[in-house]
Amino acid sequence: MMTRYKLVVIGASAGGLTAFEKLLAPLQTGFSIPIVVVQHISPDSENYMVSFLNDHCNLRVKEADEKEVVLPGTVYVAPPNFHVMIEENLSITLSVEERVNFSRPSIDVLFETAAYSIRKDVIGIVLTGGNRDGAMGLKMIKEAGGLTIAQSPEEAQVDIMPSAAISIAHPDYVLSLNEISELLMRLSN
Amino acid sequence: MKTPSKDEIDSIEFDLLLEAINRSYGFDFKNYSKAHILRRLTYFQNWNGLQSFSQVQDLILHNKSKMKELLGELSIKVTEMFRDPAFYLVLRKRVIPLLKTYPFPKIWIAGCSTGEEVYSMAILLKEEGLLKRTQIFATDFNEKAIEIAKKGIYAIDKIKLYTVNYQKAGGKNSFTDYYHVRDNRVEINPELRQNVQFALHNLVNDNKFETAHLISCRNVLIYFNKELQNRVIDLFSDSLINGGYLVLGMKESLLFSSKAGMYKTIDADRKIFQKRLTGE
Ligand SMILES: C[S@@+](CC[C@H](N)C(=O)[O-])C[C@H]1O[C@@H](n2cnc3c(N)ncnc32)[C@H](O)[C@@H]1O
Repeated sequence: MMTRYKLVVIGASAGGLTAFEKLLAPLQTGFSIPIVVVQHISPDSENYMVSFLNDHCNLRVKEADEKEVVLPGTVYVAPPNFHVMIEENLSITLSVEERVNFSRPSIDVLFETAAYSIRKDVIGIVLTGGNRDGAMGLKMIKEAGGLTIAQSPEEAQVDIMPSAAISIAHPDYVLSLNEISELLMRLSN
Repeated sequence: MKTPSKDEIDSIEFDLLLEAINRSYGFDFKNYSKAHILRRLTYFQNWNGLQSFSQVQDLILHNKSKMKELLGELSIKVTEMFRDPAFYLVLRKRVIPLLKTYPFPKIWIAGCSTGEEVYSMAILLKEEGLLKRTQIFATDFNEKAIEIAKKGIYAIDKIKLYTVNYQKAGGKNSFTDYYHVRDNRVEINPELRQNVQFALHNLVNDNKFETAHLISCRNVLIYFNKELQNRVIDLFSDSLINGGYLVLGMKESLLFSSKAGMYKTIDADRKIFQKRLTGE
């Protein structure tokens, strides 16, 4: 049976780099769902995470390009200083709109548009971080019928973000990074 | 009789609202990024304490000032002076010298928002000795934004960023030469807008604006779908003289334009293109 899921969206802030590495490294190239991630970064930083994750993952990792349609086996990273939005046809729209939760890119913006566009067929995941971005977006994914996951706060390098997501969105799962990887691999088949 | 699902209802209400905005006020958002429009409409709906897009439709059809508010929501006005300084550096080096070869260059800045981009361009032209003989047409479809642009008065808290941007953009003087502070606000020197004409213009359905030597349309096309991007690039291609320049935002491109072949890439990263001379 083909997976029903069309998209995975993941957000992280402080501590995100290592969390993404741990979460994504076990996924094999055949992983059948496109992944879009937001990691909070300073506006004029080079997108170091792209090359770092590329070196440590089997999946292809690239910066999300304007209007690009996302494909399986690939991880798309939000560019510095732009919000990433996702359309019904799984294409990317970038936006220079104001910061949301003091962040651009913002996790909420990605999650909210994923909820509108992909509805029940999206998986949303909130990882480590020191702010509350992603909580509202995760709630919207849940309300749209999508699958929602938070990293377990005990494991998270900074627990504020997953804790906020848990209290606001009441996600379907609260799991360690290893468990999230396993769940994703199961859902991918 | 079947029962419409929630998804079906949402989609119907969305389509009808866009239809209502277009038929009543003449703004067509059909070919904008749907994710962007949905996000802004939902924000507007919640802000006004409404329950559905049908209620939003009712409100804006009977209340013009609410429609103006909604237009403000849909048009992302975010801008800054010397946004992407590296772009201005390349513009100064590679484009301005060629503009100088024309006796009366014309520049069209489309989607100029509240004018920061226009004044940045004017400063650059002034420093290159080109301001007096250049005509700038600065357009946007948002009336409120154009009003602010005409006044050239801005919040003071941004000036630090703008000063840094100006310096990184290769500014030759002191940035303070171009404004003064009054009542804790920054007023851009009126001299900079002597040759600027601000006007309302909608890229979706208005015609070509002027014959131009340089067209700047930055961070507007990202909100359009491929068809609309194509339409707008057609419009620019009609307006540009042969050998004229088209500059776009850092994430924008000519990829979806059937006219892409008409252009040479001058700087791929800074999105600077030149319309080919005939036979080139
Ligand atoms: C993000 S701002 C870009 C401002 C400036 N060019 C810059 O790069 O800083 C986008 C602007 O495009 C304008 N815009 C959007 N749709 C438009 C249309 N159909 N016609 C004209 N202007 C439009 C909006 O009103 C807004 O002011």
